[in-house]
Amino acid sequence: MPTPVVVESGEIHEIHTDADVVRVRQAARTLALSAKLSLVDQTKLVTAASELARNTLVYGGGGRATVEVVRLGPRRGVRAVFVDEGPGIPDLDLALTDGWTSGSGMGLGLSGARRLVDEFEVSTDVGTGTTVSVVKWTR
Amino acid sequence: MADAAVDKGWATLLRRNGDEVVARWSEAAAQSLEGRMTRAELERDVREMYDALVAGVGEGDRHTLADASFAELRALLADVSHTRARQGFSSTETAVGVFALKEAMLGVLEEHGDLAAYRSFADFSRLIDELGLYMLEVYAQAREAVIGEQADALLELSTPVVKLWDGIISLPLVGTLDSARTQVVMEKLLQALVDTGSEHAIIDITGVPAVDTQVAQHLLKTVQAARLLGAECIISGIRPQIAQTVVALGIEFGDISTKASLSEALLAALRKQGTDVVRRTGRRDR
Repeated sequence: MPTPVVVESGEIHEIHTDADVVRVRQAARTLALSAKLSLVDQTKLVTAASELARNTLVYGGGGRATVEVVRLGPRRGVRAVFVDEGPGIPDLDLALTDGWTSGSGMGLGLSGARRLVDEFEVSTDVGTGTTVSVVKWTR
Repeated sequence: MADAAVDKGWATLLRRNGDEVVARWSEAAAQSLEGRMTRAELERDVREMYDALVAGVGEGDRHTLADASFAELRALLADVSHTRARQGFSSTETAVGVFALKEAMLGVLEEHGDLAAYRSFADFSRLIDELGLYMLEVYAQAREAVIGEQADALLELSTPVVKLWDGIISLPLVGTLDSARTQVVMEKLLQALVDTGSEHAIIDITGVPAVDTQVAQHLLKTVQAARLLGAECIISGIRPQIAQTVVALGIEFGDISTKASLSEALLAALRKQGTDVVRRTGRRDR
């Protein structure tokens, strides 16, 4: 499975305030543009990044986002990795259920973000934190 | 012995070669600030800083910026940093003005200094570093203040409620909808509905770059609140890529009417209101 993915360029952003979420979103948009994602895919990636960055902020208590342009053979894409050291997700299946939220949101952030991207990985441990990694590839 | 040291340290050198220091200092600073400010302005700034520095330097060579005698210099540096921050200078461009003094001083040392003066250069260098750091600190604070003001201005500016027709108002949203802005937007819309007695409101999101669940939730809440006031909302300006994203996210707008463009939304509101829009045929002069 682990094929050689080449990272072309990237940015790291700390996420501690609402303004940081906006910054991550803008970084995702800029890199999606440079990776030549279509307009729809750009919007999807930016929206997914927005959801996940807000999750990092609200549920993870802040953390870090790495957004980078990646290449796998002839295809380019944008990968975004969100890391927090928050409480973790006790029941991942439940968290990925549409409409379920532990907070006051719509309960579509995590599950919706998964539908917006091509690759979606969550690793979480209760008490140590959560890492969500997503990739959107060019078509 | 102490007197001898005082006599030969950097402070004396600085005091005795005033014009030369200022000339070299301006020269060094001008290299990095070329084109950002005129030579006359730069020289005036440098001269002021030099005067304040010399005025604050008392006996000996060991000084820190926290010394009471440097109060004037601190005020001046803060002032310069503030001005540079507001004029859009970078942090480097701000601090380089002070750091250039080191280069100037090295030049003066070569010309007039002896070993004792060279030895005291470390103390001098430490003081200049302090000045530079102080300027950067003030610069950062000033920038932050500018950004804060801009954010406030944006919050005020970006939410005009426009009357389109009797009983129809529109709210063109532009930019990012965070919680603070949505609160302002919602209040303005609801107040305008009451003030104008309108029954239709069109929320246009053409200028919103991405609709995520938070934005959608804010929109839905605004629509619900408007309904409580007896007004119907139409959401317009939904671009194709936004539509696809919203569907993929799984957001449901339910029975809220949505339109692709503001003009379609206006037409829909007019129809609901009972106003017919008729194109005149026949006579086309007037």
